[in-house]
Amino acid sequence: MWRWLHPYAKPEVVYHLLGRWLPWVAGAAALILGGGLVWGILFAPADYQQGDSYRIIFIHVPAAMFSMSVYVGLAITALIGRVWQLKMADWALAAIAPVGAVFTFIALFTGAVWGKPMWGTWWEWDARLTSQLILLFLYIGVLALYHAFSDNRTGAKAAGILALVGVINIPIIRYSVEWWNTLHQGATLTVFERPPMANSMLFPLLTCILGFAFLAAALIFHRMRNEILRQELHRPWVKAELGETSKQTEAV
Amino acid sequence: MQFDSWQAVIEMGGYGFYVWLSFGVSFLAIGVLAVQGLRARTKLERAFKQEQHRQQRLARRHREVS
Amino acid sequence: MKPASNWQALRTVMQRDLMVVMRRRSDVLNPLLFVLMVVSLFPLAVGPGPDILGRMAAGVIWVAALLSALLGSERLFREDFLDGTLEQLTLQPQPLALLSFAKIMVHWLLSGLPLVILAPLCALLLKLPLEGWLALIATLAVGTPILSAVTAIGAALTVSLGRGGALLSLLLLPLFIPLLIFATGAVEAALVGTDAWPQVLLLAGLSLLTLLLAPFAVAASIRVSVH
Repeated sequence: MWRWLHPYAKPEVVYHLLGRWLPWVAGAAALILGGGLVWGILFAPADYQQGDSYRIIFIHVPAAMFSMSVYVGLAITALIGRVWQLKMADWALAAIAPVGAVFTFIALFTGAVWGKPMWGTWWEWDARLTSQLILLFLYIGVLALYHAFSDNRTGAKAAGILALVGVINIPIIRYSVEWWNTLHQGATLTVFERPPMANSMLFPLLTCILGFAFLAAALIFHRMRNEILRQELHRPWVKAELGETSKQTEAV
Repeated sequence: MQFDSWQAVIEMGGYGFYVWLSFGVSFLAIGVLAVQGLRARTKLERAFKQEQHRQQRLARRHREVS
Repeated sequence: MKPASNWQALRTVMQRDLMVVMRRRSDVLNPLLFVLMVVSLFPLAVGPGPDILGRMAAGVIWVAALLSALLGSERLFREDFLDGTLEQLTLQPQPLALLSFAKIMVHWLLSGLPLVILAPLCALLLKLPLEGWLALIATLAVGTPILSAVTAIGAALTVSLGRGGALLSLLLLPLFIPLLIFATGAVEAALVGTDAWPQVLLLAGLSLLTLLLAPFAVAASIRVSVH
């Protein structure tokens, strides 16, 4: 497997590969997410209990799903970076973490806004919102540690260790927060965990989830290309790459 | 379509403020992230070009001296 | 010369660290005084009524313990990093994780254990009902090793930066949340008259797990910081 992977460990190969995929992934994200949202907002029926306010799930649920899986991806990347000492994994860390943090923020914000009409308050110490808040803290920690180092490589390694420690903690945090929530009998109305949905709502939601996956991929690919450029700015292949494009733009 | 008019779409059965606030802020956040990435890219290209110019200048001066 | 066995190395590092700290006792004393002061601020802030204080007591004591752990974290690696001892430790034939474990244990002996001893006084100041005392002391006894171990990870990650403080609290406080929840939950269970042992045992399990895994994270962090 190592021999097969080896050419992909070269920065320029990854840079070109990501560059070739990026327009397709970004296009798919725009198309699928746009379609899913229009479907969800305009064509899905209103919920018989929550009326039209439930339409927030079309953005809340995908963001919440990927906020968690992006963190797991971050930790896996960090593990690869630690075990195989791949410098590209270190760079990927810097590309992935901000995307995950923004998704977490979206999940948290939309959850809170949804809580206002449902619970009558902007913030309820509901188990899911609380875990989402803690996840945001974990992301902030990783980002803060990464930016605290003036040397990006050391920062990425340190942030990677923190991400690994965090990912071991996530199940414990989840469990403890749920336990704490049942203990204190907070909000009993679980908006986010509902009986099986009707297909007319489920299908637009699934479309949005797929669209968010492409969105995450597109954002991460773009940032990864930036990171590669930043680290390799003085290499000859960058000269060939950027020199050509700048000539082309000058000709136009 | 579930709504009779665009007015109804904006009102969202009375929940318009919450629904559009969530969607607005979400897209703003994603937009900021995307724009930040794009600006980082142009900044990198500019840094690269400056570096090129500097090297060319150095090479020219080097030729003139020798 | 034969290299020292792992056990000898563990003991040597612990002895050395204990000796270093014992020569500067204020490092041990200050975080404890900090806990005591935070605890005595609360009655002044929310009023000395026994019902409100008693209900808050466990939470206040635990939050103060978390903050004091952050406060005292500098001394774990800072000096050793500055004078090069840390780099020497990474070059030892013994596994670095083992030596990190020794440092964690010393930190616990000098910050966690005194806190357990101090707990009755804090409970008294905050008018914690007697039923909660045993649970509080038990959670502190089994929970503070987690505090020391996780703090050591954060301290090792930030040691080369020279400015721990706010950054360290950003990194570590989210990781302490389960500890806080189970510890205060145990005391609360004791106060309402139900069994507190499940939570205490759970904390003990988490504590063992943390003590098992954290040294490896600390070792990896030291290697990142030293190079």
